[in-house]
Amino acid sequence: MNIWLNFLLDSLAFGAVFVYGSTGEILTEKAGHLNLGIPGIMCMGGAGGCLFLSMVGQSSLPPFLIVLVGIFGSLLFSLLCGFIYSTLTITLRANQNVTGLALTTFGVGLARVIVNKLDPVKYLTSTKSLFRWPFADRTDSIQYMGVLFFLAIIIALVSGWVLFRTRIGLHLRAVGENPATADAVGINVTRYKYVATCIGSCIAGLGGLYYIVDYMGSQEAYLSVEALGWLSIALVIFVLWRPHMTILGATVFGVLYSVGSYLTNVSWIKVTMATTPLLKMLPYVVTIIVLIVSSIRNKKENQPPASLGLSYFREER
Amino acid sequence: MEKQIALQLRGITKRFGPVLANKHVDLDVYRGEILAVLGENGCGKTTLMNMISGIYYPDEGQILIDGKEVVIRSPKDAFDHRIGMIHQHFKLVDLFSAAENIVLGLEKKGRYNLKEINAEVAKIAERYGFHLDPAKKIYDMSVSEKQTVEIIKVLYRGADILILDEPTAVLTPQEITRLFDVLRRMKEDGKSIIIITHKLNEVLEVSDRVAILRRGEHIATVNTDETNEAELTEMMVGRKISLNISRSAPVNAVPRLEVKDLNLFDKEGIQVLKDITFTANGGEILGIAGIAGSGQRQLLEAIAGLQPAADGSVLFYNPKKDRPVTFYHKSLKKVKEMAAQGAFHDRNLNDVSFRGMRDKAIRKWVESGDVLFREDEEMNLRGKDPLEIRQLGIHLSFVPEDRLGMGLVGSMDITDNMMLRSYRKGHAGFLDRKKPKEQAEEIIRELQVVTPGVSTPVRRLSGGNVQKVLVGREIAYAPKVLMAAYPVRGLDIGASYTIYRLLNRQKESGVAVMFVGEDLDVLLELCDRIMVMNGGRITGFVDARTTTKEEIGLLMVRTEQREEEAHE
Amino acid sequence: MSNLARAEGREPLIHLSKRAGISRGKAWSIRIIAVLLGILVCGIAAFLLIEKVQNNPEKIGEFYGTFIKGSFSTSRKFWKFLKNTAVLLCISLALTPAFRMRFWNTGGEGQTLVGVLSAIAVNFYLGGKIPEGILLILMLLAALAAGALWGVIPAIFRAKWGTNETLFTLMMNYIATYLVSYFLVIWVPSGSSTLGKLKNGRLPIIADNENILIVLIVVALTAALYIYLQYTKHGYEISVVGESVRTARYIGINERKVIIRTMILSGMLCGLAGYLIAAGSDQTVTTNSVGGQGFTGIMVAWLGKFNPLAMLLTSALIQLLNQGAMQISKDFGVNSSLTSVIIGIILFFIIGSEFFINYEVHFRGHAKKAARRAIK
Repeated sequence: MNIWLNFLLDSLAFGAVFVYGSTGEILTEKAGHLNLGIPGIMCMGGAGGCLFLSMVGQSSLPPFLIVLVGIFGSLLFSLLCGFIYSTLTITLRANQNVTGLALTTFGVGLARVIVNKLDPVKYLTSTKSLFRWPFADRTDSIQYMGVLFFLAIIIALVSGWVLFRTRIGLHLRAVGENPATADAVGINVTRYKYVATCIGSCIAGLGGLYYIVDYMGSQEAYLSVEALGWLSIALVIFVLWRPHMTILGATVFGVLYSVGSYLTNVSWIKVTMATTPLLKMLPYVVTIIVLIVSSIRNKKENQPPASLGLSYFREER
Repeated sequence: MEKQIALQLRGITKRFGPVLANKHVDLDVYRGEILAVLGENGCGKTTLMNMISGIYYPDEGQILIDGKEVVIRSPKDAFDHRIGMIHQHFKLVDLFSAAENIVLGLEKKGRYNLKEINAEVAKIAERYGFHLDPAKKIYDMSVSEKQTVEIIKVLYRGADILILDEPTAVLTPQEITRLFDVLRRMKEDGKSIIIITHKLNEVLEVSDRVAILRRGEHIATVNTDETNEAELTEMMVGRKISLNISRSAPVNAVPRLEVKDLNLFDKEGIQVLKDITFTANGGEILGIAGIAGSGQRQLLEAIAGLQPAADGSVLFYNPKKDRPVTFYHKSLKKVKEMAAQGAFHDRNLNDVSFRGMRDKAIRKWVESGDVLFREDEEMNLRGKDPLEIRQLGIHLSFVPEDRLGMGLVGSMDITDNMMLRSYRKGHAGFLDRKKPKEQAEEIIRELQVVTPGVSTPVRRLSGGNVQKVLVGREIAYAPKVLMAAYPVRGLDIGASYTIYRLLNRQKESGVAVMFVGEDLDVLLELCDRIMVMNGGRITGFVDARTTTKEEIGLLMVRTEQREEEAHE
Repeated sequence: MSNLARAEGREPLIHLSKRAGISRGKAWSIRIIAVLLGILVCGIAAFLLIEKVQNNPEKIGEFYGTFIKGSFSTSRKFWKFLKNTAVLLCISLALTPAFRMRFWNTGGEGQTLVGVLSAIAVNFYLGGKIPEGILLILMLLAALAAGALWGVIPAIFRAKWGTNETLFTLMMNYIATYLVSYFLVIWVPSGSSTLGKLKNGRLPIIADNENILIVLIVVALTAALYIYLQYTKHGYEISVVGESVRTARYIGINERKVIIRTMILSGMLCGLAGYLIAAGSDQTVTTNSVGGQGFTGIMVAWLGKFNPLAMLLTSALIQLLNQGAMQISKDFGVNSSLTSVIIGIILFFIIGSEFFINYEVHFRGHAKKAARRAIK
């Protein structure tokens, strides 16, 4: 395969990690909650999946069931995280930034403790090819495009559709924009916030699982999930809170992230080792530029949800 | 025809902290009628309606619908009982289109198809004669368009009991006529409509019955065709109660603040002050009456430099005539300039020009106190921010309506709140808490502020004590002009009288006091002159000693149309 | 309709209201109860995660004892505890003025890291060529300037266009991280990207102890910042802007100026923390030089209610947990990340406890009871 096409596909596959993380974060932010716990949740999602896989990875269960068990484990752990975050920020109205950061501390730590103890042979070696179905035999970048990759694309598209084309999405956006209004028209603000935050966490958690068992498929992968979590939060701004756009945005981020190593193949571009960090910096720089430009242009549709970061208390007015 | 009762309120009571907003209110609403709820601002109309629509939960009492007691804990409960409320402050999501706002919160079965919804909304709008583009975003809309959305929202939900809070305040006469047509049509449909208002002519035009609230209590409900404007006004404002506020005659009243042709637009570009012209005299209390939201707040804020007025002028006459010139607020350069223009004279009334003098000698002369102003200083405050006004040496005190949100910092203690006006003085970069602390102690002592001490956060104090701290501070600033917006709102009798006494004392010492009030009895007994506002305009001036409550009441509700008629 | 039927004739089960105020004693007892509950849950986590405890449940006592052991068993550990607390406290102090102004500076990590980076850059290029004293001063200036720059950029955009500062400062962290990687590649030609300890640019050792000076600097900073926030006009303006922008305008404070000025200070102090790391202990820079303390600092500051003196305690508490958990992972043979788990759990409880300090929970029937009480 053409090396550049391969590179593009690789970026797309890598981007799926961000697609998960960002779509999850977008749903949460659209409910008015800035969840800085996403990196921790992604780690926990990965850890949960690995833990469950290590129990069934070498069993004689049918392959699709093993995959499902892995996904279930991931969802369970990230749901737990989402629930902790929701309880603290929605019911107990705690400061969202502090809660999110605490959750990241907790999640990253617990995930490392858990995965560190697991035997990679059990959760990884035998399951990697199952997750990469149907392209497990390929040697190029298409091999990564397995079950979880397509799930990511589907989730992003469905989330975009739900958010902007359905009644539920309308209600959710109203909650994040103006909870008092949503409350006044009879939307159960608390329930929407809980559900969006928990579903968002579950989606983000799958990103961790995908990265560890599919895209990287390596024993050390779990150590670098946190950094991808932060990048996912950046991507939310980059795509201006539009889930379906994460696919494109994530690919751009993926390209920037790994273009350094591919550029060495181009004879007329002189790539030094020093170029790579600068290229990896680009996603953040671009995100900041997007943030600045959208605040200066002040187009209403491109702003963060209006009540982002604020707790809602009905009688406070 | 025997009328069926749709909604009953029994003994509804609601408190906000120490303030009793509604007191044992009983009210019946029939099917197929328009009931007007009439009352002055702060009489508890909106609070009462908020309890029917699920925003607040009553402390006591029952709500019955079709004879059955119901619990309305949330707006959703209210919708489930087919009650819809159109709030005065629109509850719309700015980012959404009209149609999206209209269907917001509905849990209808079936596909969510914006095109179909747009068509449906357009149909309703057309049926009732509204002009509305369903796809238009709220942030692009004018106020009246937003209200249209709110009304269609309730219609779309098929509410049987509709509550409209001050619906006509933002509409043009044509729009009002159209709205009333819609209301009548809905009435014929068997719906119950409650309309909160203070415009008497509209009450008489559209309603079947009128319920009057005063100070949180239900005074009476009368049939509209059996009453008239005068009777309603009297019930609304109540009979004159003697409050025995002592009032001295103004001594030596001189113009201190002259506002000329002031116009102000809010953020949305709506004109909130129209051609305001008046003079506030030193040694006099000028009352400002009007239904809340008639522009009183904006007027005071514009004078204080918090809102940039579009045009007009705010002239301040600084009483400097025959007083010594100081360098306190003026640089040497400025003093020299003014001297060249002949603004000063010496003790023997000779012109002071400083010509040919060296700076040091000028300084010495001025500091000796023998250089005097020839005339009062005249300064235009328009276009200046609060800091610039202060740097000019103008002592302008302002007791804002929002005490803890603007006038004071709730989490800070009394001493630190004292400093808000004076913290910039002296001691280089450090704060001087000694004087503010003494000041705080003095205010606590003199005004009998109930507090554990000077280091108690003001948020923990009761409303009356908070206000004493705020007014005390503003008076300690030694103002030449003192503006107070609703300074006794929510205060008990004792605290209110303390405030009246303070304002009177300021007046006696020559300060121009402006008092925005809602209680007409107080205005009548406290003020010297009363200026009445409605819809951002001044509708009249009256002499507080000779006027009646009815006269003010009529000026308060006088609409532009009637004013034009009066001119003809 | 079933919903309705249930709603009939019932007042809400739970009713919340904001407290007007709470006595200091009551607030602190709520917090202490929360920490105790957190410690209890840490014990449960120990059962789940530590095999040695699983196998011998009586070891749980030892588990708790090790917390203390981690910081106090030897004088070396104790000094390490003091130094690490000092650095963490320094970052938290740096963030405090911004937080008091309700400017959510999540960029402490990056502001500190550029401080480390610029100090090391000065050291790298000038170390050994100029006298040590001048080198140290230049390093300090470079660190302060870099931190201030990193802090003021988001502040300018926030003041001018209202650009969301939480997200902006967050992004600035990663730019700082990759800036460090970039310079490491340039400085270390071997390609290992690991810069060995530099020989120069080390804070003087006082009384045979390399940590004393750092601790003293931070103690002095704590006092200075407390005075700045409590007793200066700037500190007063910060409080007013943070509490209510409307009040600030009412008395003529220019809130834009205050935001920019305060973020320069905040970034500068982060730069100082970076300097302490660069010149005090590390003499080198890695992408992990700050090690997440920029984020931990946010929590320390928040737990300390943005009061520098209270933050002495909260930073010590976090560092105590940190070192204790590290000791546990060593003694019990668990992954060192257990530290984060334990800190996370305790934080959850303290964060949750704030709710009970700020709100009052009434259960059904409360209103009637209150009314009855009122009648009596």
